[in-house]
Amino acid sequence: MSDTTWDPSKPILEIENLSISFFTRLREIPAVMDFSCTVMPGEAMGLVGESGCGKSTVALAVMRDLGKNGRIVAGSIRFKGRDLTTMTEEELRHIRGSEIAMIYQEPMASLNPAMKVGEQLAEVPMIHQGMSRAEAWALARQIVADVRLPDPDRIINAYPHQLSGGQQQRIVIAMALMAKPALLILDEPTTALDVTVEAGIVDLVKDLGTKYGTSMLFISHNLGLVLDVCDRLCVMYSGEAVETGDVRQVFDKMRHPYTQALFRSIPLPGADKNSSPLIAIPGNFPLPHERPKGCNFGPRCDYFQDGRCNAGDVPMSVVPGDDRHASRCVKWAEIDWAAPPKAGKTTTKLEPGRLVLKMDDLKKYYAVSTGAFGGGLKKVVKANETLSFEARENETLAIVGESGCGKSTFAKVLMGLETATSGQIMLFDENVQNTPIQSRHPGTVSKLQMVFQNPFDTLNPSMNVGRQIIRALEIFQKGSSDADRSEMMLKLLDMVKLPRAFAERMPRQLSGGQKQRVGIARAFAGGAKVVVADEPVSALDVSVQAAVTDLLMDIQRENRTTLLFISHDLSIVRYLSDRVMVMYLGHVVELGSTDQVFSPPYHPYTEALLSAVPIADTRVKKRRIVLEGDIPSAMNPPPGCPFQTRCRWKSQVPGGLCEKEVPPVQVLAGGHQIKCHLSADVLAKMEPVITIAAE
Amino acid sequence: MLLFTLRRLGVMLLTALALTFVVFFMTNLAPNLEKLAKSEASVRMSDEDVTLWLDRNGFTRPLLVRYGEWLGAVPGWTRTAEDGVITGRCIRNGLTAETAPRYCGVLQGDWGQSTVFKQPVTEILSRSLGATGWLMFWVMALMVPTSLILGVLSGMREGSRTDRVLSSFAIASTATPEYVSGVILIVLLGSATAGISPVLASWGWIEGKTLFQGTATSAMDKITFWNFALPVLTIALYGIGYIARMTRASMTEVMTQQYIRTARLKGVSFGQVIMRHALRNALIAPFTVIMLQFPWLLNGVVIVETLFNYKGFGWTLVQAAGNNDIQLLLGCSVVAVFVVLITQLISDIGYVFLNPRIRLS
Repeated sequence: MSDTTWDPSKPILEIENLSISFFTRLREIPAVMDFSCTVMPGEAMGLVGESGCGKSTVALAVMRDLGKNGRIVAGSIRFKGRDLTTMTEEELRHIRGSEIAMIYQEPMASLNPAMKVGEQLAEVPMIHQGMSRAEAWALARQIVADVRLPDPDRIINAYPHQLSGGQQQRIVIAMALMAKPALLILDEPTTALDVTVEAGIVDLVKDLGTKYGTSMLFISHNLGLVLDVCDRLCVMYSGEAVETGDVRQVFDKMRHPYTQALFRSIPLPGADKNSSPLIAIPGNFPLPHERPKGCNFGPRCDYFQDGRCNAGDVPMSVVPGDDRHASRCVKWAEIDWAAPPKAGKTTTKLEPGRLVLKMDDLKKYYAVSTGAFGGGLKKVVKANETLSFEARENETLAIVGESGCGKSTFAKVLMGLETATSGQIMLFDENVQNTPIQSRHPGTVSKLQMVFQNPFDTLNPSMNVGRQIIRALEIFQKGSSDADRSEMMLKLLDMVKLPRAFAERMPRQLSGGQKQRVGIARAFAGGAKVVVADEPVSALDVSVQAAVTDLLMDIQRENRTTLLFISHDLSIVRYLSDRVMVMYLGHVVELGSTDQVFSPPYHPYTEALLSAVPIADTRVKKRRIVLEGDIPSAMNPPPGCPFQTRCRWKSQVPGGLCEKEVPPVQVLAGGHQIKCHLSADVLAKMEPVITIAAE
Repeated sequence: MLLFTLRRLGVMLLTALALTFVVFFMTNLAPNLEKLAKSEASVRMSDEDVTLWLDRNGFTRPLLVRYGEWLGAVPGWTRTAEDGVITGRCIRNGLTAETAPRYCGVLQGDWGQSTVFKQPVTEILSRSLGATGWLMFWVMALMVPTSLILGVLSGMREGSRTDRVLSSFAIASTATPEYVSGVILIVLLGSATAGISPVLASWGWIEGKTLFQGTATSAMDKITFWNFALPVLTIALYGIGYIARMTRASMTEVMTQQYIRTARLKGVSFGQVIMRHALRNALIAPFTVIMLQFPWLLNGVVIVETLFNYKGFGWTLVQAAGNNDIQLLLGCSVVAVFVVLITQLISDIGYVFLNPRIRLS
């Protein structure tokens, strides 16, 4: 079906002045305004922005799949010179899947649960090339092998739920590649995956791009990932493209205040919570029907000038000298881009105080039954194995690991939602390992609190914010009267920097960052001494992340709180934690101060983890270490060292020791602990994964 | 799988025991027995005579023992009268004390004698179940395909005109109970004086007096479209609306799933998206509902069989309950319990096959 009149030196995708609106009964909501971009053959174009900025809408518009309410109100989308906006449903059907293919955010949801993988793959060439069933299955098998899945024969006969998340995403990629499309749209393809799995997928996507010469439209909120994958970049804010250009040029010579603010709010290597804290973007993202006049970013911009920035629509203006670099800012030529950010408040590092929490040889096992109808074999899942560590007052201890490593189980045991199988947890001088939360004293409960991952689900939707905080105060037996408690509640709102008027609001009227602030206020209501923050910012947008992180740090500083920061995001961990604990399959594989963990010698897993994290800085050089395969199931862990199935250093250990014995904990200089069989001199010879090129 | 089925069968037997015991207890309450004595012996019996009669017929012994007898797990009672005549639970139908078996209960296939029909319960039940079986078969044959098609058609494009029209029909039909729709259908199609039949007859378009027959008694001998359409339609109408609503809800949900978008953006045509991708996933929920319809049909037939005078299971149940026919009532309840439990077993097993996510690995 490819158009033979198309000239390969012309752009493959040309979007011109595209405007998209969603129509509700109430009003027209413009989602994307005046958006233009061009993708050349073989080029990878990154679309970056926070949630709600319209990047996914652009992708769906290219697919012409905007749903019932969405409509393209102006502009054109030309694919290989043909305008997609005027095509009929039948013409579109021939292009979808064969010329333009899409890869989605959640692989599990985008595969049909009731169809075999092979069948879903084979469908594509059967529709578009009229291939026979047998041929199509053979092709499916070959492409499955191409996306580096082990045992393709088994995989194509499997149902989606029988595969892991990473494998599912590879299947979705394979499906997109079945018809060798000219343009691939990837909508946050790795957001739902673990970092080491993500690294594998990103590698695969890049390789396939080169192999097949496919152009890509890569949508992500992760700047590091875009730097890794894309050639060109388009930054979006509130429905508009604000800056576009070559990736490296935009990263090094940004010419739009939003891009600059975005970069200053993400923790890059070198950022430090005390000397150079993150700078959050003030204010909130404007709602689509409440956009300001003129520049959308105006109200949050440091360089805002009344009468100019809000005078009228701001057009894209070309930055001369660069490769197709343009910015939607009236003042871009006047701003001194090299000026260092206005120094935020710097603080001094606090010394850790007395011992607050001590875990000794903690174990948590679960018994699970297998089999669809109950019964079956009873298996033991070892969620936590011999967990020992201490945490002191004022200290931030980060717990890092991928899904299934046991970090959430650990938090549950600590909180008393589960009781430990064996071992000890000492909170101050109290032994809490066998006390479930129901039988803990309110004083203990209020001392040990938690900030949850998803602020959207953790607030009661039918209770106003003030009431929820007062409820916590009541449970913690704080305050002597209702008036007393409501005064305390208002003080807590002040503490988390929310206006006092928010006490009357319902959770649905709050943005994600504001909800998380309420969550923090609730956790600190009883004067918590130990706070477990389970991925507190991972559900939030980058610009909000910085503000919430800084808030946590501030409160910690004031209250001398011990913060247990559970996260998979190593950038943020490096930025805010004092000590880091790395977990893998229920084992603590490395424990030490932040500097010790982030510089060699590493545990082999930490090394791979560090290498997998994308960093949005062009100066950073990384060694690529891609882990093969998936994390083994906790139900069926490998014998010996838990990491031995994916470890690249295994050959350095003589006698196959890794497969036989769980390694002992080696204590290196400065109390740095590594659970590994590697000898001290091999460890000493390790090279750093991340190096920052001199400026 | 085998283990699962066996365990489910075990649970089923236990449930059946418990349920029949409850029915046994209820039907053997003192007033019922008194009524039984009076209807069997004489209406003008004195209270002493009633007690005597009950004692003579083994009704005064403990409830559990009698339940055991009925079940066939306890030997039937025997009693030697002063004149030396031996009577007993198992001594009847021309059997003597010597030839009669010790046990005679449900387990031995002896379900007792119906007091209304003066026939063995097994005979009545097999005849009426056969009749109801045909009714159910035609109801299912009409109801399942119709409702699934309606549900899928209205669910595949939520909010469209087709959806609204079909949904209105489904809501209307499921909101009309059988005793209302049955009467309306008879008046409209099965009456010689009202509805459209007199008009059609006067035009000479139909041979008889009515388009359809308002009673299904003749269907006991030979089922024809003419005598069977109305009862089948009456039961099916209610179920059609119900299953169609379920299917629609399930279908609209499936249509918003991401894998449907994946399929669409792969270039699959709308028809194929429905047939290959949506249908199987959308049928998982209605399947359970359809299986639940079987036990419900047993209730539905009570009204419809009485209304159309069709001597099936429902009609028999009404007769048994109305005439204090304890043995027949017990038999009916055993049948009902097993129908419910077996359809649930089939439903659970079928569900596993439709939904690969819970299939055994």
